[in-house]
Amino acid sequence: MQPQTMFDKIWNSHIVSDEVGKPTILYIDLHLVHEVTSPQAFEGLRLAGRKVRRPDLTVATVDHNVPTTDRSLPIIDQISKKQIETLDMNAKEFGITYFDMFSSGQGIVHVIGPEQGYTQPGKTIVCGDSHTATHGAFGAFALGIGTSEVEHVLATQCLVQQKPKNMEIRVNGSLPFGVTAKDLILAIIGQIGVGGGVGHVIEYTGEAIRSLSMAGRMTVCNMSIEAGARAGMIAPDETTFEYLRDKPQVPQGESFDAAVEKWKSLASDPGAKFDKVVEIDASKLTPFVSWGTNPGMVTSVSGIVPDPETFNNDSEKAAARRALEYMGLQPNTPIKEITLDKVFIGSCTNSRIEDLRSVASIVKDKKVNANVNAIIVPGSFTVKLKAEQEGLDDIFKNAGFEWREAGCSMCLGMNPDILQPGERSASTSNRNFEGRQGPGGRTHLVSPEMAAAAAIAGHFVDVREWK
Amino acid sequence: MEPLIKITGIVAALDRENVDTDQIIPAIHLKRIERTGFGQFLFSQPGWRFLPDGNPNPEFELNQKHYQGATVLVAGKNFGSGSSREHAPWALLDYGFKVILAPSFADIFFNNCFQNGMLPIVLPENEIKKLMEKAQSKLEGYELTVDLENLQLTDTDGFSVSFVTDMFRRDCLMQGLDDIGITLQNENKISEYEETLS
Ligand code: SF4
Repeated sequence: MQPQTMFDKIWNSHIVSDEVGKPTILYIDLHLVHEVTSPQAFEGLRLAGRKVRRPDLTVATVDHNVPTTDRSLPIIDQISKKQIETLDMNAKEFGITYFDMFSSGQGIVHVIGPEQGYTQPGKTIVCGDSHTATHGAFGAFALGIGTSEVEHVLATQCLVQQKPKNMEIRVNGSLPFGVTAKDLILAIIGQIGVGGGVGHVIEYTGEAIRSLSMAGRMTVCNMSIEAGARAGMIAPDETTFEYLRDKPQVPQGESFDAAVEKWKSLASDPGAKFDKVVEIDASKLTPFVSWGTNPGMVTSVSGIVPDPETFNNDSEKAAARRALEYMGLQPNTPIKEITLDKVFIGSCTNSRIEDLRSVASIVKDKKVNANVNAIIVPGSFTVKLKAEQEGLDDIFKNAGFEWREAGCSMCLGMNPDILQPGERSASTSNRNFEGRQGPGGRTHLVSPEMAAAAAIAGHFVDVREWK
Repeated sequence: MEPLIKITGIVAALDRENVDTDQIIPAIHLKRIERTGFGQFLFSQPGWRFLPDGNPNPEFELNQKHYQGATVLVAGKNFGSGSSREHAPWALLDYGFKVILAPSFADIFFNNCFQNGMLPIVLPENEIKKLMEKAQSKLEGYELTVDLENLQLTDTDGFSVSFVTDMFRRDCLMQGLDDIGITLQNENKISEYEETLS
């Protein structure tokens, strides 16, 4: 048999029907659901008199809309409240496992999937959310879908898809001190562009990827969509198995060992063919900061805001000009001179316990700059509890950070945590689109370490020089 | 879903690349639990369609007089990137668009269009450029005919270009078919697959 990529293997083993001239019908092992992209799907089921085919493979939580302040207070935004109540009701009506706002398992859907052990190697995973790519870090094929497709999966447990192509991003060498998984993925998007992965599933390989923790791998896969890719994935290895070992939904004992044997066979075969290969030298990378309004507009922290006139063609020049105008930045300004109003540490990209520990190591015994409002939002209730057991919350609070409840928070302007027009943030999230963190807000994407240091200094600083 | 076979309509040009779904519809407007009523929020980020006082921004492309009533949108590459929100095609559809032309689309957005009876068409960059120029310069409104049956775009000035699309998706659009119904015709295959599990 021809050597296969990991993606080929997972795809092939999930084909329900593959007729000539029709897209493939693919079986879905896990369907994650949240409040924003599901109400119309459940309503569709109800109107057609359909049921959820496999409630046992469907897991729901609320994350986008939930306030991250005191949960015992009523939700002020009535429409948000309605959306949350709608999921409460739908989960009950259709018999779906549901981590509600007060549950100890609640959190950002892409944080709780892995932490509960629902996310496992070899699975096909979908969610009505583009950052579903996160789960690919475990060697799963995980992709974001739209609401009509959510309804389709609820009704049939299948997804109708054309097979995407294979792309390999090989990251050679190792990341230097102070350079994180976040910087790596920002560098990758900067290099291949926000459309560089369209139509492809990216497998990340190479020494630098192997040395990443699961949290780091999730950060990388999470932002695959920001390069336009259908999904991102990383072959499972000992790091993966160690992470999964004691997770609630993962088989235990002998069944675990058997599962590991199966998972080991998922890796791409030697000589498997990728349609596109990109190589990156990790050892050359630096901490990155985005300067524009898409995640491909990035530069090194030691760099300057680029001059739009230096771009290749007219449309790139126009886009850069528009971006700088929106961001309120002058060409050639050193990145380190950009001052900040807010710092947001959180989101499905960077809100895991490892991220919070890194932040704590930077801000311990320091104070947030007087001009900066800084918040830390754990990715899940479980992360929050762990951080508190380790005393990280005291470090944060003593430094002047706000310590919040779990949710998407300021990653998107949909709940009470937003930027005001013209406000500038350093954010560990994944999107710096116009208005993403609130209408008129200006977002710079960075690693948790860079965000933490910027909160203390009041402007960007090179975390490699942090003392 | 309304079948889409052949339409003739006014073309609006949005000469911007990487227009993401946060621009097409900002997150603040994703709270509705219906599929309808999103058109009023289309492109409502500050600086785009509306002025701070809520009036139409005269500078914004879609507010040009000769684009009013447009049903065809021609845009720059990587249209619909970012968030998977289907509210983006819902908003475009509700505003009146039925066909979107671009040199490339983001994958999820592309799929989402078909799910709602809206046709995304990929054309080479030079054809897109031609269409944009026509739409921008013809001040009485530039009309284009999109013929899904014959996979052809034509106008009355002799412009004609063929396009490709997935034939299965084309048939679904032309018949206004619902994906779930089609998949459920394979119910036995799904059950068979499920039996092989565990
Ligand atoms: S944290 Fe942000 S990107 Fe992640 S799921 Fe929530 S809103 Fe989406």
